[in-house]
Amino acid sequence: MPRASCPRAVFLEHDGPGAVIEAKGLSKRFGSIEAARQVSFVARDGEITGLLGANGAGKSTCLRMLYGVLTPDSGSACIDGIDILGETSKARAHLGVLPHAAGLYNNLTARENINYFGSLHGMSAARLAERTAELSRALSMDAFMERRAKGFSQGQRIKVALARALVHGPGNVVLDEPTNGLDVMAIRNLREMLLELKRQGRCVLFSSHVMQEVAALCDRVIIIGRGRVLADATLQEIRERSGTATLEEAFLQVLGDTEGVA
Amino acid sequence: MRTLFVVFAKEFLENLRDRRTLLSALLFGPLFGPLLFGLMVSRMLEQSVVETDVPLKIVISGSSHAPGLIRYLEARGVRLTKKELSETEARAAVRGGVPVVLLVPDDYPQLFKAAQPAPLLLFADSADSQTRKIADRARGVLATYGSTIAQLRLQIRGVSPLLAVPVAVNDVDVATPTGRAVVVLGFMTYFVLFALLMGGLYLAIDSTAGERERGSLEALLSLPVGRASLVGGKILATCAYMCISLALSLTAFVLVFRFVPLERIGMSANLGLKTALLFFAICLPFVPLGATLMTLVASFTRTYREAQTYLTSVLLVPTLPIAFASIYSLKTKSSLMFIPSLSQHLLMTSVLKDEPILFPDVLVSAAASLGLALLLFAATARHWRRESMLG
Repeated sequence: MPRASCPRAVFLEHDGPGAVIEAKGLSKRFGSIEAARQVSFVARDGEITGLLGANGAGKSTCLRMLYGVLTPDSGSACIDGIDILGETSKARAHLGVLPHAAGLYNNLTARENINYFGSLHGMSAARLAERTAELSRALSMDAFMERRAKGFSQGQRIKVALARALVHGPGNVVLDEPTNGLDVMAIRNLREMLLELKRQGRCVLFSSHVMQEVAALCDRVIIIGRGRVLADATLQEIRERSGTATLEEAFLQVLGDTEGVA
Repeated sequence: MRTLFVVFAKEFLENLRDRRTLLSALLFGPLFGPLLFGLMVSRMLEQSVVETDVPLKIVISGSSHAPGLIRYLEARGVRLTKKELSETEARAAVRGGVPVVLLVPDDYPQLFKAAQPAPLLLFADSADSQTRKIADRARGVLATYGSTIAQLRLQIRGVSPLLAVPVAVNDVDVATPTGRAVVVLGFMTYFVLFALLMGGLYLAIDSTAGERERGSLEALLSLPVGRASLVGGKILATCAYMCISLALSLTAFVLVFRFVPLERIGMSANLGLKTALLFFAICLPFVPLGATLMTLVASFTRTYREAQTYLTSVLLVPTLPIAFASIYSLKTKSSLMFIPSLSQHLLMTSVLKDEPILFPDVLVSAAASLGLALLLFAATARHWRRESMLG
């Protein structure tokens, strides 16, 4: 995506520097499975933070606790310093979420899909019109804004889903395995979108089980295995600490070769 | 409040564009009942009208023994087929499908002349519901013949035939024409409730299991909105479709009964515009109850198909009290107004019969349905606040 097509307008609603997502000792148990054990980390504004781990490592559980659809057994999470459990609605207003399953309403147009979420955020019709125009331009969606989502390609779907998550101009964005099931072109688009969000100064937190994905995008990597934080560092730090030649070897050393990261 | 409206508007619009929802809510649901019903009633009426016009046919054996009886029967328009049969043959003939065989035994003329009870054997199968009516008619004609002869014999002996009629019983049928029609229309109330539920069926599925299946649920649940108003908006949209379906169904009934010849058998269906409006008012409190019940059940399911399976049984729930009512032939009673679906059924039946309706009954019926709807809504909202909602 060329720089010119991403005006700073997308960024207008952002509260300014200081966007931050904090996990403080999050623990969650499902029956006998400990999906998260004392998970703590901080994701900061102007950075892309990657949550790397194998399938079933507890990434989704952690993210779901961050946006408040799961309640932790212990610990807490804050969005821009607002407790997600105490003031759920207020905290969520600062947060855009792209869950693992980010389905659209097929009988609604792209615009209607986005407007629906905007209206639920309490935005007025006038502001919505303004925002969707900005997002449509920034994400190159003009060609299919008025079309029903039924026949959309994966790339178009992810754009609408992302626009839907960003419609209220949140300073923080959480994405759960956003590249899953996307084709190469769509992944490329998504990467550029995430980099653009970072450039705008937002705090971007996304999970992935694809090492290359994380290596290509992230400023900071949090490696999760069996519900625990195994490493939390910049790419550079990880490489230096492990003393290995490639990032891949460094990751494998942290994870132990049993974790099976792709 | 705003959330409620936003969700309502979106669900309403989205389903307006869904062919499956539209077909079931606005076509099959409301029209299936009235059409089937119109056909059924017309067919029933045709049958009952036709039966009295068809001449009675009797196979008679030993006709030469009773020329008087033969003349009488023929004068009455009975079609006689003369065949000489033994008792065993007559039995076999009836078993073989002949409706009625009348056998005049050999000692008939002798006893008849002596003014002794002259035997006649009427062969019929009482287990066969179709020929039973024919046998009854034959019995009736023979009884009239018998009493005619009795009167003549008394007159000849100089006795007034009236002496043989000590009491004169007159049947006074108090059933109003509409009351009689109710027997026929008994099932109609179920079709009305069925159409009402069908109207919201697919929306209840689409807004819950459908939302989960297409993967839009988690994004929706991550929004800064209350879960109660979220699911409340969905239920409201379901209610709206149910109201439309109910209105269409009642309109269709009004139209169908314009063309069903109920009057031909002395019945009149009290089903004009006014009745239809009254029905709508009676059923209205049942709408939110049905909508919350369907939404609650569908909320527990994971896929469209699974929801469909469960909700089909929910469609049968309102039949249970109605079936119970018809088995025990319950009449409208104030104590029964606490049972949703049954109370609506009884009130509608009363309207059809032209009976007066007590206002407190209507009030209790509405309050009971709305109260239960509120309870179910609380349960639904509670379920939506659970983590397990994510599925």
